[in-house]
Amino acid sequence: MVANDTTSMSNEPLLVVEDLKTHFHLKAGAVKAVDGVSLSLDRGKTIGIVGESGSGKTVLSRTIMGLNLGSNVHTEGSVHYQGNEILGLRAKQMRNYWGREISMIFQDPMTSLNPVVKIGRQVTEHLRHHLDMSKAEANDVALQLLHEVRIPEASERLNAYPHELSGGMRQRVCIAIALACGPKLLFADEPTTALDVTVQHQIMNLLGREQDDRDMAMVLVTHDLGVVAGRTDEIAVMYAGRVVERARTSDLFANVKMPYTEALLRSIPRTTQRSHTRLAAIPGRPPDLIHPPSGCSFSPRCAYAQDICHEEMPSLIEAGAGHVYRCHTPVGSNAATESFETNLAAGLPQAVSIKLHADAVAQQEGVA
Amino acid sequence: MAGTGKAHLRDSSEVMLRVEDLVVEFPVGGGNTVKAVSGISFDIKEGETLGLVGESGCGKSTTGKAIIQLPPPTSGSVTLGGTDLTALKGEGLRTKRTEIQMIFQDPISSLNPRRKVGRVVAEPLDVWGPHDKTEQKVVVDRLLELVGIDPEMASDKRPHEFSGGQCQRISIARALVTDPQLLICDEPVSALDVSVQAQILNLLEDLKERYNLTLVFIAHDLAVVKNISDRVAVMYLGKMCEVAEANTLYEEPAHPYTALLIDSVPEPDPAVEIDTEMVEDGDLPSPINPPSGCRFRTRCPIATDLCAAEEPGIRKVGEDHFVACHHPLVEPVEV
Repeated sequence: MVANDTTSMSNEPLLVVEDLKTHFHLKAGAVKAVDGVSLSLDRGKTIGIVGESGSGKTVLSRTIMGLNLGSNVHTEGSVHYQGNEILGLRAKQMRNYWGREISMIFQDPMTSLNPVVKIGRQVTEHLRHHLDMSKAEANDVALQLLHEVRIPEASERLNAYPHELSGGMRQRVCIAIALACGPKLLFADEPTTALDVTVQHQIMNLLGREQDDRDMAMVLVTHDLGVVAGRTDEIAVMYAGRVVERARTSDLFANVKMPYTEALLRSIPRTTQRSHTRLAAIPGRPPDLIHPPSGCSFSPRCAYAQDICHEEMPSLIEAGAGHVYRCHTPVGSNAATESFETNLAAGLPQAVSIKLHADAVAQQEGVA
Repeated sequence: MAGTGKAHLRDSSEVMLRVEDLVVEFPVGGGNTVKAVSGISFDIKEGETLGLVGESGCGKSTTGKAIIQLPPPTSGSVTLGGTDLTALKGEGLRTKRTEIQMIFQDPISSLNPRRKVGRVVAEPLDVWGPHDKTEQKVVVDRLLELVGIDPEMASDKRPHEFSGGQCQRISIARALVTDPQLLICDEPVSALDVSVQAQILNLLEDLKERYNLTLVFIAHDLAVVKNISDRVAVMYLGKMCEVAEANTLYEEPAHPYTALLIDSVPEPDPAVEIDTEMVEDGDLPSPINPPSGCRFRTRCPIATDLCAAEEPGIRKVGEDHFVACHHPLVEPVEV
């Protein structure tokens, strides 16, 4: 590929995050929303950040963007963008990065657009501010951007207000705004969660194509493993503010190590299963981030947990090139099989739930 | 799609709920009307779960609300256990309506934030009895326990102290308190995480078994709908496209729209090839001025002149499998 000489030009990753922590100090104590996350992202690549609500995935991306403001926010660690430390920069300095270098699209396309400002001005605002374009120039570029994100009758849409567009169209406008100044890194925080499946498919295709055309890197934040499966190079699974498993996408799905990742995958209903297949739910809910459980934070909900899991936080273990996880009893290990049997015999709901699901699937296969 | 017809209706002696020629229109000023639902018919047997699927704006929620007469449909009939609900008014309708309950998409905003959870669940009892507070508490505690909420801990707390999944469980307890026959679930899991979604789906299946409930399950997620439904009806822009037994629908979709929906479901498997061609505008046409003939024709890959000229009727294409399409993907059965 042609990309070879550009990569030799700059071998260092576009974004390097090291031991990043974001704590919110409240009266009740410190909420450890992000608690020691490290990752890196190369130019033009996509990383998926996956986890349940409250796992810290949104706070992580907002911290990297420098959007967590407030006197009770405490951040630690480092974020290097193209070799420069950007963590802790003031908003005034971050403005050199926002839009031009790093950009973001959000979950709810209605609330992220200003309802009383016409689409045209919202798209051109960036161009005028960051790239010092004249009104006429900016209008031309805006029109071109709307064409690019496949908004029909783009010239008329420039004069429309957000409420006149459907959810999918609004998200296209948000993408146009985010791409306006040609960022090298795009954060997409649940970009399609509020949209229909058909529209989700279109928007993800659109993002993928823009990414190829612009050689732009993307951080795709979502709770849906289905969305990230075919569209990312690497996936980081987050739980209670930590990355609990990270691997290249194909490795992760082929060789799941972390019981939490496995549990997430198993709880998704599939169209390939027959109707009324018992689902393997994960009982309970994500932990309290002020007083996290001792040991592994997933242990209270884990079907493979042993005594050690409740006592000692597992360190990051390497399973292969670029594949790391945090677990004492990884999926497929003898320890996991043994503790699953013990937990099942003890009637732990997480183990029972898996058993019922497995039985239902086995029964179907028997019938088929 | 998108056609009218009743070939898919079963004998009225077998069914519990029958909806015929349902039309719901809303005036929007300037002499225009939004044609939210335009003549759909379906039926449900006792103990059956009917999934209603379609994109936003297809009229699936309007249909669910029209069943409980909120608001009453513009025309058509809704027959529950032999009584036509559209003919009822006032006290008669309110009494009959206790047999139908609804749960909604956003579990947090569907609970009154200023009331304690115990009161939220007991409120239907204030109207329908028992009025005695101790008797009410027995019923409420039993239901909260049933949906997996500890009544001791929960009754005196307010909704904001619970997570989305727990609030949805409380909504389910409230819906069951009048001992309904029919439960209409309007996107009950779309606001929840996958892990919690699985918990709620399992809970609904358990409750259904225990109380022999009949469910209308409205959702846009096809995998979720398949998991919980016995029969699935696909809607598009106020019309019925396809009705089939759940497994059949996914194995052999007969309507191009159903096929499009199924193809759009993201598979959690990186080995599955993604069709990256589809980026064009796939917006729903306006329900104020819907396309002539088959309403899906403007997005249909196999539409012909016939589709613009004539609205397809519902035809049988297999055992318990019906489609409204001029060019179905499964050969129709000659009757």
